[in-house]
Amino acid sequence: MKAIEAKVVILGSEGVGKTSIVTRYLKNVTSSDQGPTISASFFSCKLYLDGVKVKLQVWDTAGQERFRAVAPMYYRNANAAILVFDLSQHKTYRDLKMWAQELQRNVQDPMILTVVGNKLDLHATRTVSREEAFLFASSIGANYMETSALNEQGLNQVFLRIAEGLVRLANENKSQTLRRYDSSNSISAYSNVFADDDQAFHLPSVHLGIPVEEGDVHSSDVGRLETPSWSIDHIAHGSVETTGWCCY
Amino acid sequence: METGSSTPAGSEENFEDFSDGTVDYQEVEEEENKHSIIQEIRNELSPEGASSSNGFKKSESFASVRSKDFCESMEDLDVSPDDYFHDKEWIQKRKHIFILSSAGKPIYSLHENEGKLATLCGTLQALVSFVQANNDTITSIVADGIKFVFLIRSSLILVAATRDNIAVQQLQMQLNDVYNQILSTLPHMTKIFEKRQNYDLRKQLAGTERLIDHLLVNDTSNKKITNNVFTTLTNTVQVLPLSTAMRNNVTSAIQNNCSKIRDLVFAVLIANNKLIVLVRMKKYSIHPADLRLIFNLIECSESFKTAESWTPICLPKFDMNGYLYAHVSYLADDCQACLLLLSVDPNVFFTLSDAKKKITEKLRRSHCLEAINEEMNNRGVNLRTIGIPEMRHFLYKCKVSAQLLCAELTHPYSSPSEFDRLYSIYCDMYHRIHNNLRPLKLIYHVGEKELVLAWVAQAYELYAVFEPTIDKNLVIKLVNKLVRWVEKEQDILFIKNHPNF
Repeated sequence: MKAIEAKVVILGSEGVGKTSIVTRYLKNVTSSDQGPTISASFFSCKLYLDGVKVKLQVWDTAGQERFRAVAPMYYRNANAAILVFDLSQHKTYRDLKMWAQELQRNVQDPMILTVVGNKLDLHATRTVSREEAFLFASSIGANYMETSALNEQGLNQVFLRIAEGLVRLANENKSQTLRRYDSSNSISAYSNVFADDDQAFHLPSVHLGIPVEEGDVHSSDVGRLETPSWSIDHIAHGSVETTGWCCY
Repeated sequence: METGSSTPAGSEENFEDFSDGTVDYQEVEEEENKHSIIQEIRNELSPEGASSSNGFKKSESFASVRSKDFCESMEDLDVSPDDYFHDKEWIQKRKHIFILSSAGKPIYSLHENEGKLATLCGTLQALVSFVQANNDTITSIVADGIKFVFLIRSSLILVAATRDNIAVQQLQMQLNDVYNQILSTLPHMTKIFEKRQNYDLRKQLAGTERLIDHLLVNDTSNKKITNNVFTTLTNTVQVLPLSTAMRNNVTSAIQNNCSKIRDLVFAVLIANNKLIVLVRMKKYSIHPADLRLIFNLIECSESFKTAESWTPICLPKFDMNGYLYAHVSYLADDCQACLLLLSVDPNVFFTLSDAKKKITEKLRRSHCLEAINEEMNNRGVNLRTIGIPEMRHFLYKCKVSAQLLCAELTHPYSSPSEFDRLYSIYCDMYHRIHNNLRPLKLIYHVGEKELVLAWVAQAYELYAVFEPTIDKNLVIKLVNKLVRWVEKEQDILFIKNHPNF
């Protein structure tokens, strides 16, 4: 197996920073107020992991209540889900239980779940403790990570972990919806522009930064602001393939 | 208190459609569930298509039932003793819009929090049901110089209140636009209310208020003066002027890349609240009211600029019972025109995404992007450059296509208060011309600050505002000059036919 293609859906309440996470990670844009997402936006990116090309089709969904009825359209056949809550708003954390249940009931194939506590920059006013969130994540079989889209902390780790999980899933051959290809050039199912490999970023499979492991939880119950040892310049960014504008 | 009420049949006459509307609104409402255009298209295209959509529908209703948090919504409704009736600022607002459920629950208020208006909404509901008890429908009442206009729909009551001299029909048209806006985001609203008559719709509406506000608020309130408000007044849309060759290029770029996509119903390209091109499936067309909902959605949603989106949208005049699925994206970073590809199939995102890329590439090669960019800053006809400086402003409505041409807003109407006055003048003129009891062909009105002419011809309606001092002969000469100019330029200014795929 040389390449996999997976559908990733980002879910969570209104205003927790779902769009910020994905745009900060992919586009490195700094615009603070994009307004609420309408239904869902689509992004795509790819990562390299131990020689496997992982292409992610990311659906960034709207958090507003009125779009809940159409959410199934976006999480159906998803291979991974990112459940985002705002560390400083306990209600947004409670809402995740609803999303987790809904996914469990409606998605048959195994999924890589990741719970993300966003807005680590507001850690002074956090209302959800790391331990609580970690236990919840474990209870639904998810990874737990904390990020700050504002400071671009932990975002790479979230997507890297998901990619790792997807490769594992593909190796286990359990998922029917996960697309596997034997050549890394096969991912061109619906677009011809992705052949340009320079846009993707290559990383060895590393564990860096924010992922919260069990030992970590017991060491302190106070959220800590991690400053990664690497700076943003050392890591190539996954680039959004804003394809189609041919004249660059 | 003066009560003006009429039979239900009578009130429907007020909603005359000045364009050749596709489907009459009231008819559709009565035929609800019997007939769905979207279903029809699906069935026509693929016999198995009808069944494939069911899988989604099931889970959709599942999710919407799951997400209702009834207890919490009941708490929000606590009647608060400190309502707004003693708040001077609130009382003095020029216009109020209230939406309540037919059970009398407050759902929306244009100004301030509707939650504190439980008493008012109770009273309004009582008025409605009092008249309904006599098998009649309340249309409007005037009390203490304030005009209350009602619009009653299956599950909602919409009320406008104003001190301004705006016609009942005008206000009802606005209320109808608001109702359509709600339907556009919540087509399943009627079903929610069927299940629970006193359901608190506000939770579902969260996020839609922005769209409603934007529909209602005269643009002056955000210090932005544009001609956009006149499209609602005249039930039209504005068109981006573009040479015939360029527009044809755009059309063929869309046709070439979309003709093979079977479930595509409409392709709409818009920029700055103006229509560039509409390509449609044979037999179907978009009503101007539906187009205005699309304009409103794009205008209000910054987030579409970040990435391609895939969103269900209901166009109530097209089919009020179902969603179309819209691929929404801006053409390019350097061309802020927005392309919507509307399909009946919820699973064709990638096909449409691909088509959009090809369309953009084609448009760039044929230099259409530049042409569109050039026209994007066009804020209306400059009366000086076409040699009619004595005319201050005009509205020209092409009746067949329901398209509107406006002059650029210049001095003296570039200040918010003067613009408001201009808007009132046009409202008044429009109402007098289209008076149900005594429709007029021509109004020539000399006021203190301006001279106004309203003229209904066979192909167009023209409303023009002049300096107050010029004489009648000159007015006639200038109007003829304008009309001749518009006729000469009509291929650029208007879109005669919307092509098929």
